[in-house]
Amino acid sequence: MSKIIVMTSGKGGVGKTTSSAAFATGLALRGFKTVVIDFDVGLRNLDLVMGCERRVVFDFINVINGEAKLSQALIKDKRIDNLYILPTSQTRDKDALTPAGVERVLNDLSKEFDYILCDSPAGIERGALMSLYFADHAIIVTNPEVSSVRDSDRILGVLASRSRRAEQGLEPVTQQLLLTRYDPERVERGEMLKVDDVLEILAIPLLGVIPESQAVLRASNVGMPVILDEASNAGQAYTDAVGRFLGDEIEHRFVSPQKKGLFSRLLRRSA
Amino acid sequence: MSSANQVAERDAPFQLRGNSFTMMVLKVNAPNSQDFFPQLNVKVRQAPNFFRNAPVVLDFDELPDTVVFDLAAFVAQVRAHHLLPVGFQGGPRPVQEAALAAGLTPMPTGRAAKLEVAKGPDPRAANPAATVTIEVVHRPAVVVTEPVRSGMQVYAEKTDLIITASVSPGAELLADGNIHVYGALRGRALAGVSGDINARVFCHSLEAEVVSVAGIYRVSEDIGSDFFKKPVQVFLREGVLRMDLLKTV
Ligand SMILES: Nc1ncnc2c1ncn2[C@@H]1O[C@H](COP(=O)(O)OP(=O)(O)OP(=O)(O)O)[C@@H](O)[C@H]1O
Ligand SMILES: [Mg+2]
Repeated sequence: MSKIIVMTSGKGGVGKTTSSAAFATGLALRGFKTVVIDFDVGLRNLDLVMGCERRVVFDFINVINGEAKLSQALIKDKRIDNLYILPTSQTRDKDALTPAGVERVLNDLSKEFDYILCDSPAGIERGALMSLYFADHAIIVTNPEVSSVRDSDRILGVLASRSRRAEQGLEPVTQQLLLTRYDPERVERGEMLKVDDVLEILAIPLLGVIPESQAVLRASNVGMPVILDEASNAGQAYTDAVGRFLGDEIEHRFVSPQKKGLFSRLLRRSA
Repeated sequence: MSSANQVAERDAPFQLRGNSFTMMVLKVNAPNSQDFFPQLNVKVRQAPNFFRNAPVVLDFDELPDTVVFDLAAFVAQVRAHHLLPVGFQGGPRPVQEAALAAGLTPMPTGRAAKLEVAKGPDPRAANPAATVTIEVVHRPAVVVTEPVRSGMQVYAEKTDLIITASVSPGAELLADGNIHVYGALRGRALAGVSGDINARVFCHSLEAEVVSVAGIYRVSEDIGSDFFKKPVQVFLREGVLRMDLLKTV
């Protein structure tokens, strides 16, 4: 049985695409056949983060419109077995995402894949609604600041009322929180919300805390999901989160400031 | 699939839907009476905030067919008393035509029983068989066990609203009766929205953006730190919104 996961947030730029790429890669590394779909029609970022932008010929919208076969649009990752990307169109807009078309593509994919990961666009308009409509599980990507938390809360409400599971009275969409761009030092200075503050408002289980990290930008510049940067905090945090998603018991890391030696403190000051 | 319809609806430039509003009816018995406007003035002054720019329906039903008065001037006078005539009911034909010409909307006259006030004791009162008994039907409260999220609105029509989870900032609770929140109340809670001044808001932890009873409200800025994050009940006394800590034993 395949499982449809949506990576969603309401607010833009919080790390959905970064997390989708990392998560899909992590699931594939654990041996699950995984596809990650870009629902951000018109912007197309996922293929860049996954480093396959030069191999895109056909896309999700072509498949929805019957202009290409699914097998023509799916891009197999060069690094990892079991990992596929379904890129989106840069020239069309979100109206191209018809409910029937999306449903048909998802049905076809679920015959082959263990996990289908949907990278949602920002907002609560058509693209975002389509990406969450068929979901079994939602990963709510949130930054530790008030407006992001508010938007995530809003999305949780949408999941509870306008997803397929809600409309058909099925078991509700399960939900987990991925708190990204967490900077423990800024949290300590009171400039960002604490993990507990966010959990108090959203009241859903915590999947992981991804620290703010230079490694993320570095990785996306070379088209590599940051989870493959095993030396980085962010990469390790994503690996932990994938483990927790699969049921492993892993303690949360990167939530309190690292103790710094004199040397790095001096470095910081001059930076 | 209805989600697609909803998408289409949200993109539409307008939506048309039915709604019902409660309006006051100004019963016009003697428009030419010298006492009409002085008495209206007294009435309006008793509750200036309530009446200010309130829409009213002019009821001409009791006007004699022979009445002659300048309707446009009459409407202007009513407006000068901060009431906004928007429609009319009944009346002799010339009056109705003048009302239409003045831009008032004819309202359907399927009205409730007339109020009988100031007519002395009702002779039927002594005879129980003849009195109308109103059966009070129990309306079960609306109970919500899931968190009420930002952007959600829950309305308990003609009854109480009970939430056994938290209410997020940006969420809105409405009830004709009382509102109970057995979690943190961080959004808006409006009790007695149809005017029940005895309605109350009870909550486990008061962090609300707005609390209100029968339209009298307080915003979070005006909720003192004595009550913030405390179990509190909110109610009206003599037209003023009050808060009390709930004693937990
Ligand atoms: N943990 C992190 N540390 C530092 N930078 C990060 C982190 N996560 C994401 N970013 C950066 O934040 C920016 C937005 O990330 P991303 O594109 O993943 O967000 P998104 O939610 O998909 O945005 P959109 O809503 O536009 O689709 C990118 O520049 C990315 O490199
Ligand atoms: Mg994105």
